[in-house]
Amino acid sequence: MAVLSATEVEQRPTHPPKNKARWTASEEASGLALISPTLLYAVALLFLPILIVVAYSFWTQDYLTIDRTFTLQNYKTALGEPIYQDLLVRSLVISLVVSVVTVTLSYPIAWFISFHGGVHKNLWLFLITVPCWTSYLLRVMSWKVILGYGGVMNTGLLSIGIIDKPLTSLLYNSNAVVITLVHSWAAFAILPIFVSLEKVDRSLIEAAHDLGDNKLMSFLRVTLPLSLPGVISAFLIVMIPTVGDYVTPKLVGGKDGVMIATAIQAQFGKGANWPLGAALSVTTMVIVSAMAGIAVLALKLLVRMAK
Amino acid sequence: MSGRHGIPKSRWLPAYVTVYLAFLYFPILLLPIFSFNNAATTTFPLAGFTTKWYASLWHNTALLEAARNSMIVGVSVAILSTVLGICAARAITRYRFRGQRAATGLIMAPLFLPEIIFAVSLLMIILQLGVELSLVTVILGQVIFCLPYAMSVLISGFGGFDRSLEEASLDLGETAIGTFRRVTLPVVAPALVSSLLVSFTVSLDEFILAFFLSGTEPTLPVYIWGQLRFAAKLPGVLALGSVMILISILLLTLSEIIRRRAEHRLRAQGALNA
Repeated sequence: MAVLSATEVEQRPTHPPKNKARWTASEEASGLALISPTLLYAVALLFLPILIVVAYSFWTQDYLTIDRTFTLQNYKTALGEPIYQDLLVRSLVISLVVSVVTVTLSYPIAWFISFHGGVHKNLWLFLITVPCWTSYLLRVMSWKVILGYGGVMNTGLLSIGIIDKPLTSLLYNSNAVVITLVHSWAAFAILPIFVSLEKVDRSLIEAAHDLGDNKLMSFLRVTLPLSLPGVISAFLIVMIPTVGDYVTPKLVGGKDGVMIATAIQAQFGKGANWPLGAALSVTTMVIVSAMAGIAVLALKLLVRMAK
Repeated sequence: MSGRHGIPKSRWLPAYVTVYLAFLYFPILLLPIFSFNNAATTTFPLAGFTTKWYASLWHNTALLEAARNSMIVGVSVAILSTVLGICAARAITRYRFRGQRAATGLIMAPLFLPEIIFAVSLLMIILQLGVELSLVTVILGQVIFCLPYAMSVLISGFGGFDRSLEEASLDLGETAIGTFRRVTLPVVAPALVSSLLVSFTVSLDEFILAFFLSGTEPTLPVYIWGQLRFAAKLPGVLALGSVMILISILLLTLSEIIRRRAEHRLRAQGALNA
């Protein structure tokens, strides 16, 4: 399935440059002209709004009027108030756990499809992606039905006699949030890993084997390092969006599973403090990007050590 | 491939894949099961077969209104994202220009952003401009969200396009518009249809942007969100959800079939030319 292979976009071969300056100029002009409607749209409705959020985060609000003097007060509140600290830390931990679990669980699937998928690779990818394209809201609701007090999991465990009264610890906590998010993001992790595994030259693995590496060693020293770009994009594509997830914590998180998105949303609803909401958004983005960056570096280091 | 030495064959891997698929599909198959259950609760054992929850959908005017809104939004978003996607995908696969990577990065960025953040940022700019929230604002926002999906489908569709075909057509005296209609379009048509279907599906399921930007006209996911508060309404929601899941799966399957048939055709043509 071609969908989502953002890595492919960057690695597409380009036409060889020609020396004629005029030709380049016209090629450049045509390219820019053609992409401009889409680009302008993205600038107007994605880039500018985000700039405005950043600007707002340095302003203050007094009832309905906005005071545009520069201040760091919102960031002090966002980083200093215990409630926001807790929410931020919990959101970051949950998104880190979700991305590690999702990537780990998904890697063998991507590997299986790429190495043993045979002629049915596309069918496999399709089977894996279909559940992830069907309503997100309904899938979260379904987990609520599964994990609830009188839910499928509890009645199932009761009927086979593993437990003698329903567990209350399944739903309304961070574990429920993690399970639901891992389920939601599975395909998003499999696709980039699959794309990079497809690019691994199979003869290199054979060579490693011929030179005396066992299966595990050839995997650690050849396959894994070569598929690292896919693992990294899978990691980023799961970790960054999940930190701001709103629906899952609301439906299955209960009190202990509340995440930062709920606090951000409150600032635009009843709380009505846009500058604080903006500061919370920016803080979340900056910290999660930094954390993702660190995680990626750590991953690279680990793989280098395994070599 | 699996016979080559060095690539481990393992006995537990197929079992793992089976468990994984079960994990993926279980929650989705559960909703249809309970939607036919003759009870207002979602517990086993099942209380008998009924279609009354489905029948109740037809008399629910709020739901039908939401379905109509979702259709309007879905069709508009599919068309807009595909048109904008065509421009960008064509520019990226056909030309080389400065800032290409930055432009692509910006258009694909929503894949790497928490949705709540651009939902909030759009809400701020829309309210700042004094524009009233409506289906139009939902459409404008969802196009940003759908563009990366439309783009990846279109780029892979345009990527295999042989440029010399167009040049030949132009050399043989066909006009630019004629070339597009008679040479380019037939080759890229499957990608266009795929992009329309995928964008529509994504829009149909999208909740956060619709929730923030829809004002007083809910789309289906926003309507469902409102119903989730009432336990008594759950079976109706399950029936509605099952219908939506079925529609999504049908659209995705259709899109995949179209894409794969086109791929086969291109490959066959390539073999013929060689």
